[in-house]
Amino acid sequence: MSDGASLAIETHGLTKRFGQHDAVKGVDLAVPHGAVFGFLGPNGSGKTTTIRLLLGLANPTSGEAVVLGGAMPRESATVLPRVGALVEGPGFYPYLSGSDNLHRLDTADRYATGASRKRRVAAALDRVGLSAASAKKVKAYSLGMKQRLGIANALLTPRELLVLDEPTNGLDPQGTREVRSLVRELAAEGTTVFVSSHLLAEIEQICTHAAIMSAGALVAQGTLDELRGSGRGAVILKTPDAALADSVLSRLGLTVQSTPVASGAMAELTADLIGATTEASDIVAALVEAGVRVNGFTVEQTSLEDRFVDLTGAGFNVEQ
Amino acid sequence: MLSSEPMTVPTVSGQPLGDEVDVRARPAAGWALLRSEISVLFRRKRTWAMLVALAAVPILIALAVRLTESNPRSNGGSGPAFLDEITHNGLFVAALGLTVCIPLFLPLTVGVVAGDTIAGEASAGTLRYLLIAPAGRLRLLVVKYIGAAVFSLAATLTVAAAGALIGAALFPIGPVTLLSGNTIGVGESLVRSLLIASFITISLLGLSAIGLFFSTLTDVPVGAMAATIVVSVVSQVLDNLPQLDWLHPWLFSNYWLSFGDLLRDPISWTSFGENALLQGAYFIIFGALAFGRFSTKDVLS
Repeated sequence: MSDGASLAIETHGLTKRFGQHDAVKGVDLAVPHGAVFGFLGPNGSGKTTTIRLLLGLANPTSGEAVVLGGAMPRESATVLPRVGALVEGPGFYPYLSGSDNLHRLDTADRYATGASRKRRVAAALDRVGLSAASAKKVKAYSLGMKQRLGIANALLTPRELLVLDEPTNGLDPQGTREVRSLVRELAAEGTTVFVSSHLLAEIEQICTHAAIMSAGALVAQGTLDELRGSGRGAVILKTPDAALADSVLSRLGLTVQSTPVASGAMAELTADLIGATTEASDIVAALVEAGVRVNGFTVEQTSLEDRFVDLTGAGFNVEQ
Repeated sequence: MLSSEPMTVPTVSGQPLGDEVDVRARPAAGWALLRSEISVLFRRKRTWAMLVALAAVPILIALAVRLTESNPRSNGGSGPAFLDEITHNGLFVAALGLTVCIPLFLPLTVGVVAGDTIAGEASAGTLRYLLIAPAGRLRLLVVKYIGAAVFSLAATLTVAAAGALIGAALFPIGPVTLLSGNTIGVGESLVRSLLIASFITISLLGLSAIGLFFSTLTDVPVGAMAATIVVSVVSQVLDNLPQLDWLHPWLFSNYWLSFGDLLRDPISWTSFGENALLQGAYFIIFGALAFGRFSTKDVLS
């Protein structure tokens, strides 16, 4: 199903106020169809509240959210059957088995057929590796198993959009890898995936796009390369000819950021590439031409983590 | 360092997992959720524990009466209605059990189920998943209310059936003399018992609606349950104050013990009708309040 809109999720000035406190303020999200969209931010930055607004669980104080071409929460009835979601951890009936829980939640979707329910539940459980535990009561599940069951619930019918809020929470490293490959698989099938996390490494590996939240506001958004700062970082040069190298680099328009203590005759120079026009290969050519002896030359890309910390602050404090 | 491949944006289409149709083009009527609600209700141990406790009431009374039967009656006719009749006719145990259960035990169990409807889902974390399925808020309320009503019926029938069975086991069974003096056969008297059970089920519908409304106000099911039970006690206390007789016709518990009219011949339907009307009014008012609250509620549980 594809509608005219090119965006799977689009919000304009989305704001949610609780009392005096803006949990989400003026968020303008643009999630393209087919993207794996990482929704990043520290704890308490408004990620889950935004997701609740997108899914029609909460009403925005102001602004609007359009999901799969339908305004939320007004068009929930036609939008949500096409959306699978895991919101703020799994929620299940502890006294029912894993597969009975999925049966129960599937009956709430009037677009899902009863005839195929059994098969779909089994397929979803299989997809998250829970087939062996499907008859066990959920109260006997570990946190990681509940998390898997939550993801299975999001996959009960074919979805156009998956919203996964901290999907790897409580999972072991093996489970985290499985979720990553599952997301890749789903994206390859054409599903748009909106995945929130406070763990960057997870997101960086699977996303095509990302947005960064801080204290309720969207501070950055774009493709991963755009966010990393055009994919450029810095060069680190090891050379005994520090002075000569410095002058060559300066001539190329680069600012040599730091010249740490020369150990013996060896110096290490770091030059920032952001904003520079010269390619790394040209820098090496220029250095060699000028007779600089190069012992080591490394191009370091800005990691998303650096950007994340730049934008949200490095501290552990929960910002309000 | 990680590098991401530039990705072409694929066109979106739902990929079915198999060849069978998984998704319909138009929504189904939604009976599946109601079936699921009732099946989940009766798969909870708590539900069965409450039904067993209710069944125990007429059984314990019948046993107590049977074991002390040889003694001359010492309490001089005090005690609930029908107590004296059961030694002559076991069929009265059903009516006696209902009379004993209606003031407290039945409202208690109905309060637990009705108070749990929405708040219980919220506290389990399943409410958000039902809503994003999407169950639809009005549909979920209706399904939950029907679930509570079905429980009320099951609870009432449990008391009546347990009473009839233990009565038949411990006491003689025979034609029943009605309050109006006429006599009816055993079959007819079972029909009257079912009428009384339906009268009491209807009597509990107003309370169920109140419980549903309370349940939309909180994420703590115990709070909604307690509030519902307290309301039922308060209503009965007010009903017993003669100074407030102007208020009595408006109290949902006003007709709770008025099923005696169903034991006359011909049956007097007046209190049955008035009770149904009153419970209907409570259903409309508290159903509307519940919808008003729940339809715009931010679900943050």
